[in-house]
Amino acid sequence: MKRQQVLDLYFLEARAKLLDLGAFLDRVERASGPEDFRLAAFCKALAELSQGGADKAKRVLLAFSDPTREPIPAPTTKSACGAFDPQPSTLNPQP
Amino acid sequence: MRYIEPHAHMVSRVTDDYRAMLASGCAAVCEPAFWAGFDRSSADGFYDYFCQLTEHEPKRAARFGLPHFCWLCINPKEAEDVTLAEEVLALIPKFLDRPTVLGIGEIGLNKNSRNELKVLEMHVDLAARHNQLILVHTPHLEDKLKGTLLIIDALKNDRRINPGRVIIDHVEEHTVEHVLNAGFWAGMTLYPESKCTSARAIDIVETYGNERLWMNSACDWGVSVPLAVPYTALEMRKRGHGAAAIDKLILQNPLRFLSQSAKFLLRVES
Repeated sequence: MKRQQVLDLYFLEARAKLLDLGAFLDRVERASGPEDFRLAAFCKALAELSQGGADKAKRVLLAFSDPTREPIPAPTTKSACGAFDPQPSTLNPQP
Repeated sequence: MRYIEPHAHMVSRVTDDYRAMLASGCAAVCEPAFWAGFDRSSADGFYDYFCQLTEHEPKRAARFGLPHFCWLCINPKEAEDVTLAEEVLALIPKFLDRPTVLGIGEIGLNKNSRNELKVLEMHVDLAARHNQLILVHTPHLEDKLKGTLLIIDALKNDRRINPGRVIIDHVEEHTVEHVLNAGFWAGMTLYPESKCTSARAIDIVETYGNERLWMNSACDWGVSVPLAVPYTALEMRKRGHGAAAIDKLILQNPLRFLSQSAKFLLRVES
């Protein structure tokens, strides 16, 4: 597809998602509470969007990923929370 | 448009979904064994589930003229209890000769634990001993990359396993290359909130090609869309993909992989 065709198809959808991201970050900033590893990972992933290259989706996924390679001794929850927690003791168990 | 839904948990869906799938061109549906949303209390629960997958569900689908196939296993979410897993694995050979059983799946990892990996290796051994196809689930979100690499290692470590007879499902942009480069098939799961959206799945096809790739809805009891495959086909058409390219991805590719099981007897109208 030509660039204009891509924009014709996806620009408004992407614009709406970008606006949602801005509103989400505003919401987080208005809220009180301690630091959270998920927000740190989110900001790291967000920074990937302003970098060059045609593999931004991949780099966003890598920013959230567990970088370790060994199996864990035992799980503390069945669910994933979306971001790797470098200090698992801070993890809030998910349903 | 005709398509194969190669991964759908129809026991969690209503009958109207069967009708909608058929009306959208579905030619066959394949159902891997899955987590019920709660842990089953004993191997007996799995026995009943395997009967449901091999007896009741094919009959329900047949009411709409839709061929229904299945895969059997204890899923990774219940694989932490190795003793339970051993009991469930002992049940599976009794079901493998049933006419709609395609292989072992969806096995894999959930939280990438040692016990999950042990149970994965037990399943791989079972598949190898019975010459079965394998369908693999990869973990969610932050656990996916690590889990996918552990799974590839486990499969490669068993010399009896032919990668061309294994599909590794739920790939995304950071795992698809690992899977394809290791010679396996790759599945893209179309979910509204996680895994792949339609647009990203088509991006992956445009980036990595359409060989050894399929798309599925993996519709289950959670947020999912049973018609995600035909909806994605429509989006491919909007992006200028021709009828032959769409047909290859949603019909011919799954047909090619699944026909490695002699049971996948499907008459696809030309």
